[in-house]
Amino acid sequence: MLSIKNLYASVEDKQILKGINLEVGAGEVHAIMGPNGSGKSSLASVLAGRENYEVTEGTADLDGKDLLDLSPEDRAREGLFLAFQYPVEIPGVSNINFLKTALNEIRAYHGKDPLDAKSFLQLTKEKQKLVEFDAKLVNRSLNEGFSGGEKKRNEILQLAMLDPKLAILDETDSGLDIDALRIVANGVNKLRSKEKSFILITHYQRLLEYIVPDFVHVLYNGRIVKSGGKELALELEEKGYDWIKEENK
Amino acid sequence: MANKEKDEDILEQISNQEYEFGFSTDIEMDVLPAGLNEDVIRFISQKKNEPEWLLEWRLKGLHTFERQAMPDWQNFEMPAVDFQAISYYAAPKKKEKLGSMDEVDPELLATFEKLGIPLNEQKILAGVEELQGEKPQVAVDAVFDSVSVATTFKAELSKLGIIFCSISEAVQNHPELVRKYLGTVVPYSDNKFASLNTAAFSDGSFVYIPKGVRCPMELSTYFRINTENTGQFERTLIIADEGAYVSYLEGCTAPKRDENQLHAAIVELIAMDNAEIKYSTVQNWFPGDKEGKGGIYNFVTKRGACRGKNSKISWTQVETGSAITWKYPSVILQGDNSVGEFYSVAVTKNKQIADTGTKIYHLGKNTRSRIISKGISAGFGQNSYRGLVQVGSKADNARNFTQCDSLLIGDLCGAHTFPYIESKNNTATIEHEATTSKIGEDQIFYLNQRGIDTEQAVALIVNGYAREVLNQLPMEFAVEAQKLLSLTLEGSVG
Repeated sequence: MLSIKNLYASVEDKQILKGINLEVGAGEVHAIMGPNGSGKSSLASVLAGRENYEVTEGTADLDGKDLLDLSPEDRAREGLFLAFQYPVEIPGVSNINFLKTALNEIRAYHGKDPLDAKSFLQLTKEKQKLVEFDAKLVNRSLNEGFSGGEKKRNEILQLAMLDPKLAILDETDSGLDIDALRIVANGVNKLRSKEKSFILITHYQRLLEYIVPDFVHVLYNGRIVKSGGKELALELEEKGYDWIKEENK
Repeated sequence: MANKEKDEDILEQISNQEYEFGFSTDIEMDVLPAGLNEDVIRFISQKKNEPEWLLEWRLKGLHTFERQAMPDWQNFEMPAVDFQAISYYAAPKKKEKLGSMDEVDPELLATFEKLGIPLNEQKILAGVEELQGEKPQVAVDAVFDSVSVATTFKAELSKLGIIFCSISEAVQNHPELVRKYLGTVVPYSDNKFASLNTAAFSDGSFVYIPKGVRCPMELSTYFRINTENTGQFERTLIIADEGAYVSYLEGCTAPKRDENQLHAAIVELIAMDNAEIKYSTVQNWFPGDKEGKGGIYNFVTKRGACRGKNSKISWTQVETGSAITWKYPSVILQGDNSVGEFYSVAVTKNKQIADTGTKIYHLGKNTRSRIISKGISAGFGQNSYRGLVQVGSKADNARNFTQCDSLLIGDLCGAHTFPYIESKNNTATIEHEATTSKIGEDQIFYLNQRGIDTEQAVALIVNGYAREVLNQLPMEFAVEAQKLLSLTLEGSVG
């Protein structure tokens, strides 16, 4: 599914990613952990195509397609979804209108006709229920005046609606209380399938109690320095990140 | 670096974007030679078979115009306008007198068809029968250069006592109404361009809604400037008698020309007791090219008088065209409990200039007003909001709320705000809010990441920003205006 090889990237001449290698197979859930400033969110931004990141070396393919060669919108249309750490507010644009535009753009890219109003509403209702999203929020302006938790849940609703191949959740757990965390995690668990892969970027092990990953990687100083199963997360929780730092001096 | 390149790409895109309505119509015209003097005014008046009082009034306008100095307070450099180089009358040559729509020159019908303005009533009527109850009807008065060429649904409306015709026809058929109201809201000496209009106005629309009648369809005028070196000086007069209601819309386009053309119109609205007038404008005159060459000077005086108690006048404008847009649709709140509203979206790109806003005069008790202004500037566009809220000594409990927002796209454009507040009554409540924002890269990236390309992202964000104003437009025009906004700003990201 996703294949990252020797990926180097910088922001304003500062090297942020220093040779990332990562293979994510279909249906797998990978967690990427690491101390602050290790490059976790940068990796997500580079994959999604944020403009101020410059890739200096390496490749990233999604199902054989060279992601780095595509515009951000085409990466999305190819099936890459990023749940943002800080979802933006867009006043006056209704959530539902935004979802419809996004969905139909992706459909058009794959040569499909736009969804008719009835099927779209039906789909929205269904997904809303699946991820326990408050129906009232669907008609409000996109994220405007939403609480932190509502914004994150809106990301999961979008994830459900747009049905990507690969979803990257960038610190989706940050700022969530335990109830919101549970709802978000339930949503993700319901969306797990043999075809869909996830990368969970997180600082804490807490999220992984709810969404159990197949693999855990530790990112430090722009490189993946340790990989393992879900037990690695527990080890990190117990020992903190200092021993990783120590090992990689 | 990447950012800069992208900006340049985008600037190029906006500049290269075609003005959709830039074609011109090849039709035989009666055009008066350029120049402005008493003879010209007499010619126009005679051509229209006007009564003596109207000619006298026109001449008063002319003499005042000649005495008045050019205004100098506006927030842009006043271009030199050579009033003697303009032709003040241009009309399609008529083969014979028009009796019905079938006799309108097919070339003209085709022109308006191309602009999306159907003048074929039969067709509309046939369509309406099938769709009855679903699609609201719209009656249109089509003005081509100096004259009204067709007005639809006249017969339908007259059954209700509604008069909807060109102002020239109104002068012939309802002289008493015209004489009673014309120039009572915008006097002939109001400002230089109003005086010019008074002298030289050629045509425009006239609407009278009798007591207690709610106009069953949207009324609209479509203005089209075609001939080179002409000005358009139309005059619209709308009267809603006691308890009447009307919703009115004007649309405007012009061909692409290298020279600037002057459009100096006047709109007067009068609302009696318990009457309501809703006036919407979608203005898309040719804005000039990317260097700022050509385009329409849109210098217009629009004013409404809420004469009666509990009356209401609401202006909604979407201004995307013109080289310079300079107007302040205003409301005089004379009647107690009367309400005035102003909703505006003004877009300037390339080298376009807008100096627009409103004036609200609170004279009656418990009068209320609401002003929502949304300026959008891109390219080198300059956008000024200028608004006056005046509360007279007798206007107890007057209330005003003003919200004035500016959105900047790119960093070469400008937004300016000039609010004036004058209150002579200490029971008045006046609120003013203002914001300035830029379309954020973060917003665009967020939408990109959901599969929406940058152009569409900008369109979404801009339409969201203007939503509160667009919502005021009648449904079918709101959709048009939304499309127009998206088209106008296609590709303009900063």
